[in-house]
Amino acid sequence: MLELIEQFNVLGAFWLNIRLAAVSFVLALVLGTVVAVLRLAPVGVLNWFGSTYVTLLRNTPLTLIIVFANLGLWAQLGLEFVPRDRPNFILENNFWLAVLGLTVYHAAFICEAIRSGVNTVPVGQAEASRSIGLTFPQSLREVILPQAFRGAITPIGNVLIALIKNTTVAVAIGNREIAYAMRNMIEFRPDAGLLIFLLVAIGFVALTLPVGLLTSWLSTRLAVKR
Amino acid sequence: MTDSSGPQRGLGKPLVVLDDVNKHFGDLHVLKDINLTVHEGEVVVVIGPSGSGKSTLCRTINRLENFESGSITIDGTKLPEEGKALAQLRADVGMVFQSFNLFSHKTILENVTLGPVKARGKKPAEAKKRAMELLERVGVAHQAEKYPAQLSGGQQQRVAIARSLAMEPRVMLFDEPTSALDPEMINEVLDVMTSLAHSGMTMIVVTHEMGFARKAADRVVFMSDGAIVEENTPEEFFTNPQSARAKDFLGKILTH
Ligand SMILES: Nc1ncnc2c1ncn2[C@@H]1O[C@H](COP(=O)(O)OP(=O)(O)O)[C@@H](O)[C@H]1O
Ligand SMILES: [Mg+2]
Repeated sequence: MLELIEQFNVLGAFWLNIRLAAVSFVLALVLGTVVAVLRLAPVGVLNWFGSTYVTLLRNTPLTLIIVFANLGLWAQLGLEFVPRDRPNFILENNFWLAVLGLTVYHAAFICEAIRSGVNTVPVGQAEASRSIGLTFPQSLREVILPQAFRGAITPIGNVLIALIKNTTVAVAIGNREIAYAMRNMIEFRPDAGLLIFLLVAIGFVALTLPVGLLTSWLSTRLAVKR
Repeated sequence: MTDSSGPQRGLGKPLVVLDDVNKHFGDLHVLKDINLTVHEGEVVVVIGPSGSGKSTLCRTINRLENFESGSITIDGTKLPEEGKALAQLRADVGMVFQSFNLFSHKTILENVTLGPVKARGKKPAEAKKRAMELLERVGVAHQAEKYPAQLSGGQQQRVAIARSLAMEPRVMLFDEPTSALDPEMINEVLDVMTSLAHSGMTMIVVTHEMGFARKAADRVVFMSDGAIVEENTPEEFFTNPQSARAKDFLGKILTH
């Protein structure tokens, strides 16, 4: 097992999954919050943009989005995140294209998680904030969203767990992450069979289990007491 | 203006004026041709059966609800439609809810300073100083660093009053402020409201507390089925109601 790990740089591959997940998660949180605000705003057009975004992104397969980022945005439209003369240009650019795909896809789910958090906030909170003269954006920022995030910790954690596992889709555009390493292992070490699967599965459990534990601890700790 | 056993004060100019206000919830005609003028410094108690539209009246004055026809002016200014102007106007109209609605994730002190800092642009230090004075006044200053859920209902409602007062409102609306309280806590809230009334605050109070109405109100407005049926001084209204509906209603609440 150790030998497998060394030979196929399993740790390095997992490290790429972790980086993909971490960067995409932070960006998806930001984008998802923006989309959630669009959906909550008392303006019809904004609601339309928000809900169209969610419907579109949530119902498109992630592989399609990521392949589109590569073939459509980069190959066709020339979207480049790093200077072309970098020695690892292709690898680095593919990393960011995968981040882009993972971000826009999971932002749709983050948006819905935040909306479920907003539903845990009693309407009286919004009414009280309006009645002391806060504008809609102020009331969102000061009262609704801080409480909504606390109510959304568990669903947001679920999105993060899905996101971590979904980083394996990045192999589709040449990211050398764990699914790539796994393919190599299966090809060159068919004798190792089950061990390979076990190794990858354990790796993911090791990544996702703490997320679940952390979010359930956080959601009790930060719960809004009413 | 009729004058009797209510508090003797000179009333100022008209502050809140509702003129033929109508509102529907779908097919339900919830406010019917409401005409009501509340003068500066006046305390008006609104009373009436459950479902008669009292809360809707309060919420409409604050434009938490829209209405279809008629007009509402605060100190001569029509209620703006939406946006920043409306937010500014709401800052001038305090509202105290039946269910307190303190911001659950903020401390008592933060609850009171939020509006002055964000909506009025006060300096945080100044807002904090004023907030502590107000919390002192309603008797919960020693709880300033706690969260709402750690306080009793009566204390929470007094904080809610301080939160409204911190905005230095022109008028305050109270929607059944003691209905959600355990009986032993009702008086601590009514006492704060009574002293507020005596300090000259303009108040519109939905309540069935007759003691408060007698002590603090200039006028009682009786609502039934979305309409104002009768208005009088508290003494006259409670001892000598004119309409059959008011008699019937008083008969019911007095026997309880
Ligand atoms: N948001 C709403 N949508 C539909 N009907 C409502 C709404 N709010 C109140 N109502 C109805 O309007 C009537 C008046 O309600 P309300 O103003 O709360 O009365 P009160 O405060 O006098 O008990 C009631 O019949 C109530 O069911
Ligand atoms: Mg009511």
